[in-house]
Amino acid sequence: MLLGRLIKQDWGRSILLGTLGVMCVVVPVANLLVPEDSAFHVSTYTVTLLGKYLCYALLAMALDLVWGYCGILSLGHGAFFALGGYAMGMYLMRQIGTRGVYGHPELPDFMVFLNWEELPWYWFGFDAFWFAMLMVVLVPGLLALVFGWLAFRSRVTGVYLSIMTQALTYALLLAFYRNEMGFGGNNGLTDFKDILGASLQSDVTRVVLFVVSAIALALTYLFCRFVVTSKLGRVVTAVRDADDRTRFIGYRVENYKVWIFTVSAVLAGIAGALYVPQVGIINPSEFEPLKSIELVVWVALGGRGTLYGAALGAVIVNYAKTWMTGAFPEVWPFALGGLFILVTLSLPKGVVGLVRSLPYWLALRVRYMYHKWGSLIRAKFSH
Amino acid sequence: MFRRSVDKDKPARGFQPLDDQSSRFLARKPSRDELVNTDSGYILYLEDITVSFDGFKALNELTLYIETGELRCIIGPNGAGKTTMMDVITGKTRPDFGTAFYGQRLDLLRLTEPEIASLGIGRKFQKPTVFENHTVHDNLELAMEADKRVWATLARRLSGEERDRIAEVLDIIGLKEEVSALAGSLSHGQKQWLEIGMLLMQNPLVLLVDEPVAGMTKQESESTAELLTTLAGDHSVVVVEHDMEFVRSIARRVTVLHEGRVLAEGPFEEIQHDAKVIEVYLGE
Amino acid sequence: MKVAARSSTRIEFGRWVRSCLVIVVAAGLVPCFGLEEKSALDASFQATVDLLKTRSFGEKAEAARAIAAHTHPRTLEVLTALLDAELYTERKTDRVVFANGLDGGGFNIRDAVTGEGLGQVGRRGAKKISVNNRLRGLLRGLIAGIRLDDKDPDDRIAAAEAIADGADSSMREVLDARLLVESDAKVIAAIETALVVFDLDANDETIRLRAIRASASNLDGRVREKLTGISNDPVASEAIQEAARETLESIEETVARYKTIETVFFGLSLGSVLVLAAIGLSITFGVMGVINMAHGELIMLGAYTTYVVQTLFPGALEYSLLIAVPAAFFVSGLVGIGIERGIFRFLYGRPLETLLASFGVSLVLQQAVKTIFTALNRPVATPQWMSGSFELLDGLSLTFNRLYILIFAGLIFAALVLVLQRTRLGLEVRAVTQNRAMARAMGIRSARVDALTFGLGAGIAGVAGVALSQLTNVGPYLGRGYIVDSFMVVVFGGVGNLWGTLVAGLSLGVANKFLEPYAGAVVAKVLVLVFIILFIQWRPRGLFPQKGRAAES
Repeated sequence: MLLGRLIKQDWGRSILLGTLGVMCVVVPVANLLVPEDSAFHVSTYTVTLLGKYLCYALLAMALDLVWGYCGILSLGHGAFFALGGYAMGMYLMRQIGTRGVYGHPELPDFMVFLNWEELPWYWFGFDAFWFAMLMVVLVPGLLALVFGWLAFRSRVTGVYLSIMTQALTYALLLAFYRNEMGFGGNNGLTDFKDILGASLQSDVTRVVLFVVSAIALALTYLFCRFVVTSKLGRVVTAVRDADDRTRFIGYRVENYKVWIFTVSAVLAGIAGALYVPQVGIINPSEFEPLKSIELVVWVALGGRGTLYGAALGAVIVNYAKTWMTGAFPEVWPFALGGLFILVTLSLPKGVVGLVRSLPYWLALRVRYMYHKWGSLIRAKFSH
Repeated sequence: MFRRSVDKDKPARGFQPLDDQSSRFLARKPSRDELVNTDSGYILYLEDITVSFDGFKALNELTLYIETGELRCIIGPNGAGKTTMMDVITGKTRPDFGTAFYGQRLDLLRLTEPEIASLGIGRKFQKPTVFENHTVHDNLELAMEADKRVWATLARRLSGEERDRIAEVLDIIGLKEEVSALAGSLSHGQKQWLEIGMLLMQNPLVLLVDEPVAGMTKQESESTAELLTTLAGDHSVVVVEHDMEFVRSIARRVTVLHEGRVLAEGPFEEIQHDAKVIEVYLGE
Repeated sequence: MKVAARSSTRIEFGRWVRSCLVIVVAAGLVPCFGLEEKSALDASFQATVDLLKTRSFGEKAEAARAIAAHTHPRTLEVLTALLDAELYTERKTDRVVFANGLDGGGFNIRDAVTGEGLGQVGRRGAKKISVNNRLRGLLRGLIAGIRLDDKDPDDRIAAAEAIADGADSSMREVLDARLLVESDAKVIAAIETALVVFDLDANDETIRLRAIRASASNLDGRVREKLTGISNDPVASEAIQEAARETLESIEETVARYKTIETVFFGLSLGSVLVLAAIGLSITFGVMGVINMAHGELIMLGAYTTYVVQTLFPGALEYSLLIAVPAAFFVSGLVGIGIERGIFRFLYGRPLETLLASFGVSLVLQQAVKTIFTALNRPVATPQWMSGSFELLDGLSLTFNRLYILIFAGLIFAALVLVLQRTRLGLEVRAVTQNRAMARAMGIRSARVDALTFGLGAGIAGVAGVALSQLTNVGPYLGRGYIVDSFMVVVFGGVGNLWGTLVAGLSLGVANKFLEPYAGAVVAKVLVLVFIILFIQWRPRGLFPQKGRAAES
């Protein structure tokens, strides 16, 4: 059957990469070249919104790598996202220079406001883009490495691990709310001016950031695909399904878990770093446990264990959120809560699983119809 | 507490365990056969192993030696400590006291499960556990003896030889047709075979096989018996089984466990007529 | 009666009011019967009050003393009004009046002697009787002196403290006099403290030294302040300074000891809240192996139930908590059973999915509460018997609400232990916790046990909510912060172990409170979280792990 063959082919990959490719061309053209009064013009607001969705999609993919493939339900991936975001935010903060409200050449506004004399040591180096990018990768990566090493070595699994990750992000939330931490406390980092010399307010910069996000998502997808189809990927799935067995054929399960957890955290950090210049702010609310859990529902809705499904879920839920918090703000929490219940009870494989099973279901119906009506028709003709 | 069981045939362990100090002087990583020194003719030494769960002694000063290349059957009523013994050997359970050596040098109690597995002790579980979401082929590939560290695994591709080895094992376990089927879709007996196949792929020195023929047809269990007897010699095989028919068909030497200790040991015929054994199995 | 008692006491310590003795005698001479007596008293009071109509502050002081010595019931009111600059003279009649400023600029006036309302006058219709700082100090002392004879012992204590604050040594005699007739131990202690404060400033070195020695066990802030002053006072002699230092040291020691006790108490009360919040979770987690993320919202429902009960029975505030406890147990328990029957039972063996679904439930519950009660915090009143504090030792008092919650948590815990140890349900719950498959094989209807256990755990969450409503704001997000904390307690104590939960909750609470002064509340919390993450490395199964073959796998 044609349908069956179509399904066997990896249509998800083609659609994802195709869509990203098309968007990389269409969106810049529609924003920069198409005149504003045209129906085909895409506003900069929309470009930024789409860019935000792409960052979320990347984050969802990162989570899917640990949850979908390794069975580690992290309820704290928002923390890695936020740390990456903060690293980027610190770079952007240093780029403000004397253009801040207080015009201090070195200290960000909030430090001047707090009467700080000099830059804390951990802010050094963030004026260099390469250093900030290194930190985007290193800080979430190291945190995940240490946390993962501690947790997986002592075989903390299942709900225990989930809640520990939640506690991790909760602890960071509390810490980042403190002014003394030197990350802007409540207000976080904001009022960014430019990135690599280009103004963040200009349409071109916005479009470039969008394209970079799209490319990053595509590369992340290809990288994750490489990982999950490699032998390592199969070991990781084996760990998910029967970690004891994996251990008894000689794999050091905890090392695999730490590896995949760290890689995933790094990806989440990159997502955060792409997110911050587009939305223009990073504050402690990104550490909210709720955000991390919401992220899980994106993956669950899209279909865990399929990388493009995670991306799809992120876009669907966030689009719904944008629309609903505008139109019916009171209904959104009900919808989100309902979504959690619905997905876990009725859609264990998510939208992708549903779409995948749809052709089979259709084929069954068609065959049934064929037999039913076919015999009737034959009976008619034989008369 | 530490009353040693008197055993006249207690085999001697010639060397001290290979510790970090001595391995440092080796220019290269010692091979598996160098690490597992079996010059004395024995491969497993369990002495005075005691494991208790909340006061209940699953193993009670168990002392057991396995010869190199031997095929040993372990029988005993439920709760005799058979599975716990395997847990101790494979590093899953740490005993309260006692010693467990693999060859003359390796202290099993200081090694982790993956280390023990990599050093050549393979285990088949009582309940067949295969990777249900992987194909039969992948199950075998994952089990195959290889560098199992993370980065090495990431870039790993199968060589021609390894493909041949997988094909060979597929042949032995009779799952050629199902090579790309998901392991979860196999029948119970096929899963048993697949697990045995995975054990073979590991190329272990010691095979610990827990109830291999449960759920198999008579023919299947006959071929399992044949396979295990062929393996013995090159490998040391320890089989835990309830099926007396099967035990009779393969056993050269049988150990009877009861209440966490060895009740009797010897050839099958001798055991069969042992008064104590009969009492344990039939009495009470 | 009152008047008689007052005048007799007044004469006892009337020595210092020699200057106005004449008036006192005059008052005493007035025939003391019926209306006659009243108007005569008024007349003499009027005469005394009129003495205030002078420009000299010295004369005003005399007048104030005379007023204080008067037996008229309005003396306190007049003096207070004078202190608060609310005593005026009406220009037209030259009467002394109480005046309350009106918005428009005029005054509402009442007669100072009779208290009779005299209507309103314009801004210029009354003239303030001005006072200076010195006079204010005197007035405070005089007012305190009168209040020192009040019926309410708390008022008398406040008065003694006010006198000590005022440091007007002329009040010493009032204190001495009161001390002779005072019977209430607390008031005596307060007066003695005030006397010590006076003596610490005495010129006579022996009195001073004696006062310093006597204050060794005194924890009053004023005493400590004085002692600190003395120990650094270059004018005071070496011996005095030395004695002050020693005494100060011993006081600091006692204070530190009390501080520790207080911290332990605060810690225990925080811990008991944690135990209350965690124990329901511990039961459901132990039996079903799943985390109910909506547990915090069940606590919140309990708190809202308290609010609803208080709104429905506004007259029965004192009993509202007694009604709220079973009501909250019922409400949260029912919701819990609903969650179990509606969602959890379909997700058996999939703990992570259960966690997510229950998180969805928590979002829905939060928003539902927000829709019904708005997002604002609801006021929950504290009954009389819960407010105030219990003075364990001098300088060491424990607030009643925390004390009761500690006791309450203990009772709930004991009840739960009884339920689990002594009832059929408890037996079944324990069986299912240890080995579900075996329990089912024994004929235990595990589905029913699940539902009931869940209901029990949820009900206790509701009861915890009632307790929390007395400590924190009741809002839709009340429960959000408790889920991580509760889980930490469960993990720390060992899953499915009630005693573990108790020990873990209390010790985490105490640890938190001990860390707070050094690290601040937030960092203390972070430290505790980090500690637990590290603790799991060492004992993955908590303080009191479940043992046995079933637990191994």
